[in-house]
Amino acid sequence: MAAAIYSLYIINKSGGLIYYKDYGSAGRMDTNDSLRVASLWHSMHAISQQLSPVSGCSGIELLQADTFDLHCYQSLTGTKFFVVCEPGTQHMESLLKYIYELYTDYVLKNPFYEMEMPIRCELFDINLTQAVQKDRVAFLGR
Amino acid sequence: MIGVGKMKQYTNVLDKPLTKGKQEVSLSAFAFLFSELVQYNQTQVDNIGELERRLEDAGYAVGARVLELLCHRDKGNRRETRLLGILSFVHSTVWKVLFGKVADSLEKGTEHEDEYMISEKELLVNRFISIPKDMGTFNCGAFVAGIVRGVLDGAGFPAVVTAHFVPVDGQQRPRTTILIKFAEEVLHREARLG
Repeated sequence: MAAAIYSLYIINKSGGLIYYKDYGSAGRMDTNDSLRVASLWHSMHAISQQLSPVSGCSGIELLQADTFDLHCYQSLTGTKFFVVCEPGTQHMESLLKYIYELYTDYVLKNPFYEMEMPIRCELFDINLTQAVQKDRVAFLGR
Repeated sequence: MIGVGKMKQYTNVLDKPLTKGKQEVSLSAFAFLFSELVQYNQTQVDNIGELERRLEDAGYAVGARVLELLCHRDKGNRRETRLLGILSFVHSTVWKVLFGKVADSLEKGTEHEDEYMISEKELLVNRFISIPKDMGTFNCGAFVAGIVRGVLDGAGFPAVVTAHFVPVDGQQRPRTTILIKFAEEVLHREARLG
């Protein structure tokens, strides 16, 4: 089962991009484009909460297109984790929740990390790389 | 039955017995508290050397108290007089109580007679901490170095204790070594005791 993730974005509660990682050549973006996508998504996510016909909507969780899927997870604090992947990729929600756990461990417990700033934590990178490997993603969906 | 399952209420907290109590503390709670300690000290100092010193001093206070507590609780008020004795006390008992496991290794320095090293794959206090590149060789394990210095000082073995990252081939993350350099008087006393 192909778990082809194209890229991962983390945006803070004000919509600024604090972490961007791409895996693979499809969907690779330069810095400016990734910033644009982040703020675009932040606004769309907020607007969708207002537009939703269902009351109590907390924003877009899944966007499906021809060439990609976009899964988004918003924490209670407003930090959004979203991943752009191949259409039909499984277990993205649990992967996003796991990434959120990694964020709370290796970013928030790091005394040298300033809140809402870009993430530059070696341990976060190392553990994230391990989590995104194909066999780990399948394991997460158990 | 009356009284079963009810704890005796002590009016004065000093009268409570020094039992082992709960052995475990939430790692997350400690990590956040330690992170806050580091951040607070960062605002008070101008350079990295001072930050290390402050963390060491914080650890020193912990070490002094841990020594008293463990001597009473685990060793029945016996005092270590030999170098190897106090080193294995730190390496096993103190580490077990503070970090839940004994230290990975205890080695004698090859270059100097007065140097000993306690090594760990990763110190518990450093578990979630990534040091930014511009901070050079700074190690939050200075706190643990302070704890060891507090224990050794209180036991009558004055020493200079520092924490270092030691890169290991084949591993991304370096090991941490606590380097203990004993004062001259300790070595003389040890030689006299034979």
